[in-house]
Amino acid sequence: MAQLISRLRVWRGAVLLLAGVYFLVPMAASVWFSVNDVNGIDFDAYTGLLSAPGFTESLVLTLELAAVTVVVLLLLLVPAMIAVRLGSPRLRPVLEVVCALPLVVPPVALTAGLIGVLRWGPDHLMDTPFFQTMVFVQQPEFPLVLVIAYVLMSLPLAHRALDAGLRAVDVRTLVEAARNCGASWPRAVFSVILPNLRGALLNASFLTLALVLGEFTAASILGYQPFSVWIYSVGNSQGQMSVAVSVLSLLITWVLLLLLAAAGRERRTTAAS
Amino acid sequence: MTTAPTPVPTPAATDPGGGPGASRTASSPTPAGRVPAARRGLRGGTWLATVPLLAFFAIGFGLPAVAILTGAFTVSSDAETGGGDFTTANLTESVQGAYWTALLSSLKLSALTALIGTAVGVPIAQAVVTSRFRMLREAVLTASGVLANFGGLPLAFAFVATLGNAGELTELFHLTDHGWSLYSFTGLTVAYLYFLVPLMVLTITPALDGLRVQWREAAQNNRATTLQYWRHVALPILFPSLLGGYVLLFGSAFAAYATAAAMVGATVPLISRQIADALSGNVLVGQGNLALALSLDMIIVAILVMAVYLPLQRRSARWLS
Repeated sequence: MAQLISRLRVWRGAVLLLAGVYFLVPMAASVWFSVNDVNGIDFDAYTGLLSAPGFTESLVLTLELAAVTVVVLLLLLVPAMIAVRLGSPRLRPVLEVVCALPLVVPPVALTAGLIGVLRWGPDHLMDTPFFQTMVFVQQPEFPLVLVIAYVLMSLPLAHRALDAGLRAVDVRTLVEAARNCGASWPRAVFSVILPNLRGALLNASFLTLALVLGEFTAASILGYQPFSVWIYSVGNSQGQMSVAVSVLSLLITWVLLLLLAAAGRERRTTAAS
Repeated sequence: MTTAPTPVPTPAATDPGGGPGASRTASSPTPAGRVPAARRGLRGGTWLATVPLLAFFAIGFGLPAVAILTGAFTVSSDAETGGGDFTTANLTESVQGAYWTALLSSLKLSALTALIGTAVGVPIAQAVVTSRFRMLREAVLTASGVLANFGGLPLAFAFVATLGNAGELTELFHLTDHGWSLYSFTGLTVAYLYFLVPLMVLTITPALDGLRVQWREAAQNNRATTLQYWRHVALPILFPSLLGGYVLLFGSAFAAYATAAAMVGATVPLISRQIADALSGNVLVGQGNLALALSLDMIIVAILVMAVYLPLQRRSARWLS
């Protein structure tokens, strides 16, 4: 028995060691690549980022897109999910299908479909007010069409996160209690349900944020230049800088997920107390 | 943080007509007629709350879907707008020649990387689950969460820096002399595993957690060897989760575009790249509808894959809860 256990331990150690090597080596090599220069180590690739042309504009555009996407997504999804929990279980399968369908369509295909729709504009809708809408969603300063794509892509993630949060609290009892105590509908939702969903809301927001920060397919094919597309164009000319940005983006994802984990932990402790 | 949850159980418990049963049946006695009024307000509210989402979905998702379906079946006519004629030419072309090669190559890459990802991810997850160290478990799972989201461009650049033509490892070990190239099918496989394996670890860990110690003990008491335990007990229970994980990995690899686009360019033909090329007119003008037909091919593959995944996910939930 003791022999078996020690053999298991060796096996486990070997598996984890090999995995560790595979996953750490590219990271270490990337960091080394980004600071390694003919004259020794220097951090030009990192310090030069801020002054690189297009860096600020693309980053600001991405952050704006991310913020609008998160707001639109939560405004659409949260009321619908709460209402379905409270009022009509018959609508629940509809909501589940709606939130799962975007998984079936790869981002490239969704983008192709969006371009197909946008082509209707000049083709058929020239003389109708819809044409102005088509132009409006494609304006280069703030491409709303990307927000539409991002909201659709993050629907499955956000739905799963919010669903987990809603499962943990008994929404119906909470609302009935609040209503019986004389709270109005908005008050019941805003001061009773939403505080209980804080962790889930943060969770959904972070996942969406991470998705928008890294999204490349739709933006590049539709011809806009948020941060990811900017990185791509930099990669063609300045290899070191693109690797530096990759390292940074890994760190940002890491921080986001740590925040997410912290938010989740906080929720668990409040539920336990 | 909030004090809201604390007073909750009391009013619900003391409410004469309260409880979950009362909230569902309209005929139950309710105090002062307040609840029915509230419920009526709620019914209107349900629509008010769900319609925006459904409307957004109908426009944002429905219109592109219609565009794909109609575009894939109409004559490609970007120059003059005489389109509208029904044709299957786009679809036929989309499964021929270079496009067929790309589709097959995408399928091959996804199937292979998902298989390796599953085979490598499960032992890692098992090592983490059976480990005595909580810290290790937390560390591996957090790292998996980060790496599973580390697809796209950053991944491509990290691998170019590591194993590309001027990559650190390539130069250190003179890998090019040994026939190594990152810009190949093999190179792409190695890079994809970087986010697929962590994804598998994340997916399969709950299922492995659900394997009860008692099952293993029962098997041992019946003189089953470790191998027999895995062959006859653990794997059959895990099978739906394993297949579900495989399908998830397959889907991720199949839909991926950025990594391949930034890393290998056109050396490995992939259907997602073909669509992007056709859309941006890199190859020929007037291929818009062909791109839509290719998209339809992709969606059909994804639907077939999902049709396997969803029922299995439900089945595995029965054992492992």
